[in-house]
Amino acid sequence: MDFGFTTAAYVVAAVLFILSLGGLSGQESAKRAVWYGIAGMTLAVAATMIGPGQGLWLLSLILIAGGGGIGYMLATRVQMTQMPELVAAMHSMVGLAAVFVGLIAHIELNRVLAMDVDARGALDGFAALLAKKDAVEVSILRVELFLGIFIGAVTFTGSVIAYGKLAGKVNSAAHKLPGGHMLNATAAAVSVLCLVWYFNTGSVLPLLLMTLVALFIGYHLIMGIGGADMPVVVSMLNSYSGWAAAAIGFSLGNDLLIVVGALVGSSGAILSYIMCKAMNRSFISVILGGFGGTSGPQMAVEGEQIAIDADGVAAALEDADSIVIIPGYGMAVAQAQQSVSELTKRLRAKGKTVRFAIHPVAGRLPGHMNVLLAEARVPYDIVLEMDEINEDFPTTDVAIVIGSNDIVNPAAQDDPNSPIAGMPVLECWKAKQVFVSKRGQGTGYSGIENPLFFKENTRMFYGDAKKSLDELLTKIS
Amino acid sequence: MLIGTPKELFVGERRVALTPDSARALAKLGHDAMVESGAGAEAGFSDAAYADAGVTVVNSAAELWAKADVVTKVRPPEPAEVAQMRDGQTLISFFNPAGNAELLEQARDTGASVIAMEMVPRISRAQKMDALSSMANIAGYRAVIEAGSNFGRFFTGQVTAAGKVPPAKVLVIGAGVAGLAAIGTATSLGAITLAFDVRPEVAEQIESMGAEFVYLEFEESSQNSAATGGYAAPSSPEFREKQLEKFRELAPEIDIVICTALIPNREAPELWTPDMVAAMKPGSVIIDLAAEKGGNCKLTVMDEKIVTDNGVTIVGYTDFPSRMASQASTLYSTNIRHMLTDLTPAKDGVLVHNMEDDVIRGATVTHKGEITWPPPPPKVAAIAAAPKKEKPKELTAVEKRAKEVAAFNQQTRNQVTLLAVGAVLLLGVGLVAPASFMQHFIVFVLAVFVGFQVIWGVAHSLHTPLMAVTNAISSIIILGALIQIGSGSMIVIVLAAFSVFMAGINIFGGFLVTRRMLAMFQKS
Repeated sequence: MDFGFTTAAYVVAAVLFILSLGGLSGQESAKRAVWYGIAGMTLAVAATMIGPGQGLWLLSLILIAGGGGIGYMLATRVQMTQMPELVAAMHSMVGLAAVFVGLIAHIELNRVLAMDVDARGALDGFAALLAKKDAVEVSILRVELFLGIFIGAVTFTGSVIAYGKLAGKVNSAAHKLPGGHMLNATAAAVSVLCLVWYFNTGSVLPLLLMTLVALFIGYHLIMGIGGADMPVVVSMLNSYSGWAAAAIGFSLGNDLLIVVGALVGSSGAILSYIMCKAMNRSFISVILGGFGGTSGPQMAVEGEQIAIDADGVAAALEDADSIVIIPGYGMAVAQAQQSVSELTKRLRAKGKTVRFAIHPVAGRLPGHMNVLLAEARVPYDIVLEMDEINEDFPTTDVAIVIGSNDIVNPAAQDDPNSPIAGMPVLECWKAKQVFVSKRGQGTGYSGIENPLFFKENTRMFYGDAKKSLDELLTKIS
Repeated sequence: MLIGTPKELFVGERRVALTPDSARALAKLGHDAMVESGAGAEAGFSDAAYADAGVTVVNSAAELWAKADVVTKVRPPEPAEVAQMRDGQTLISFFNPAGNAELLEQARDTGASVIAMEMVPRISRAQKMDALSSMANIAGYRAVIEAGSNFGRFFTGQVTAAGKVPPAKVLVIGAGVAGLAAIGTATSLGAITLAFDVRPEVAEQIESMGAEFVYLEFEESSQNSAATGGYAAPSSPEFREKQLEKFRELAPEIDIVICTALIPNREAPELWTPDMVAAMKPGSVIIDLAAEKGGNCKLTVMDEKIVTDNGVTIVGYTDFPSRMASQASTLYSTNIRHMLTDLTPAKDGVLVHNMEDDVIRGATVTHKGEITWPPPPPKVAAIAAAPKKEKPKELTAVEKRAKEVAAFNQQTRNQVTLLAVGAVLLLGVGLVAPASFMQHFIVFVLAVFVGFQVIWGVAHSLHTPLMAVTNAISSIIILGALIQIGSGSMIVIVLAAFSVFMAGINIFGGFLVTRRMLAMFQKS
């Protein structure tokens, strides 16, 4: 059993993981980076199986192979529109695994503590590690594994609910039990009491009670958050799964777990921050659900929505030189990305400049739209971020909004009383002409009327996005 | 329905309200068309061309008035024409109801419906039938061309072997449709173009056309054109004074002035005074599009071109659209066609005079033996009220610098505070925690730090792959399970086995799906 070797392997693995995340700064380097990640993981698992984890390694191998098979199937079959669900489902597994590992640590700890000094000397593997700990370290260990289980449990139920909402199996509207946040607060207080109790006694009861309470918190917290806030939720759960791993790493005294947990945790935290910033809302207000109160009556919207048919859109596109397409969740729902891609291809073949403007919170997952467009073979160098393209709208001939609403709402800038006032939005109304592909006249997720639809240069192209675009494609050769 | 278009009677009017093209479009609505022989001759549309488009050509106006269900015209009808109208007939034409009370009463007495094209309300939906705008557009263009033909120099500056030519300086007063068209034409001919309007919100439009907006330094609640349906309203005497002062200052250097300032139903305001004309260089040209309403320059003589003592040409023609009869007829007949499209909602050739419709109601001046002018205000406001915008104050260089320094200091303070608090907390933890814990803790803090640095660099478009890959590597928790699996009781083995299994799914699923996604990102 060569622990020195294992540690060395962990160092290399940690470096590889950092490189694999850092490589995601560009599309080309990312293709290489993912291999760093795979190599790091292989190295870490192999080193552990050779080193401290050599008990029952055959069973482990079989289990990994079995899990790997399922993972492979999932990864190859999943539709790109289902990515948010997949990511959420995977978070739940990390969460549950963290709960299990934490429980095992508790069981082992109590077993070791119950032994006398001689028996402890005869232990090997994980138990031997625990046996070396003194009283203070044992206390710290208890706090660590308690935290690991708590975060893991919240991540687990939270991710399951998030998965359900994203997959349409649970109603995606915000929903709270009577009592609302008081319930969450009570549950949190109970958890703290359990921590004190467990810290002093080390009995299994408070641990199990806390697990149940944490499971409830995860469930209730995510139930209370609506569909369009999902990007924040998913990245938050991503962050939690990292922190859970880090907490477990502390309790097991495993530095690689700590490093990777911290990397993942901070990554998720940054993503959540970016998403919140893009909605001009504080993290707390997203997590606690619902939009903040407004300070006065909203501006009344004047004008009328003017419909247009495919012929009109086709004619305008024929005349346009520069076109910007703004996709939103509606495009994913209608599975219209292939039609969008085909339209782009035909327009580009005519020598027109076609670009895409992506708002950071478009879709249900950070970067969701980029992946969908990439899948439909839209070249990534014409897919731009909000900050890159917002200045170009005044020189754009035609902007096409497909299935997005709040992210193109001018009220965010014009109306200080709007619930989304101050949210950065794509200024598509500055284009000479705007076409909005939309199913009907309803408001968006936030229930806010969108003055864009009433602007003089806006025409509404009603209908299912995919059907409308296919009809449009018949008019454009 | 049979739609008839007589020859215009007004002397010098060369436009026609029906073209072969618009007749073809009307046929799609289920209407038949009829035209008086020679009606389109001066606009370049021969009787044969009409006949080709399926239009019946009749020889006399009387026959046409007698047969047609709808008569379309350009100029307001002469009393003799109105006399031929009958109950149930519809006339679509310019009518000038405000200045033509007698004619209006005469038309009412016939029982016919009259739709006055200048009364089409200015709302988005009605833009396609806004004949005033389409005619103003032509007038603006033609005004520049007219100016050019009376101006002895190039518009654009040139450096030739024979010497340097300075560019012409054009001032456009009033940036309505005609003004903007004039700006566009003048700038594309290469002139340096200045433009003025009392409505400051059109500055953006002016600048987008390539002209320079003449700003007045004047503190007054600016005009809100939304209240007047997009038209200018009279301005205060102080404002006018300021404006004239500015013009006086500009006059000596301006080569061409194009006046388009009109206020609805008023005499044109005097904006270019005789002393400004006197200050202009010989050879300069003034085109006064407001001549019909008295002119923005009071020296203007309606329908005539005069040359002042100091050699400034002043053109007061009022028939600019008619001077481009072919283009004007094409646009006007399209406006008429759109009006008929709205009047024929079922496209079955049956006219439905829907008085509930804002546009049709607004344009109708007599209907079923009653005068329906002036119309009630439309239900939809012409132009949404522009929100009052605070103009951001221009910062001086010193203020900017001070602001930057302050921001930098603030940033430094924040960073130092954060570091100090972090360090104190860390030290506090170090005081109580055992060394073994601190070792791991340092690793943890450093990893978080590295994580933050690395993740900020990730491209936004790769956030989904980032989530998938962090998902895969967060399965590193498998190490914990692997370490534990060989140790202890059955329940430990079962729980650990579960964990290993789930983490296995995650590792493979996460990495593979990332790989799949990244492979899809392709450069064009």
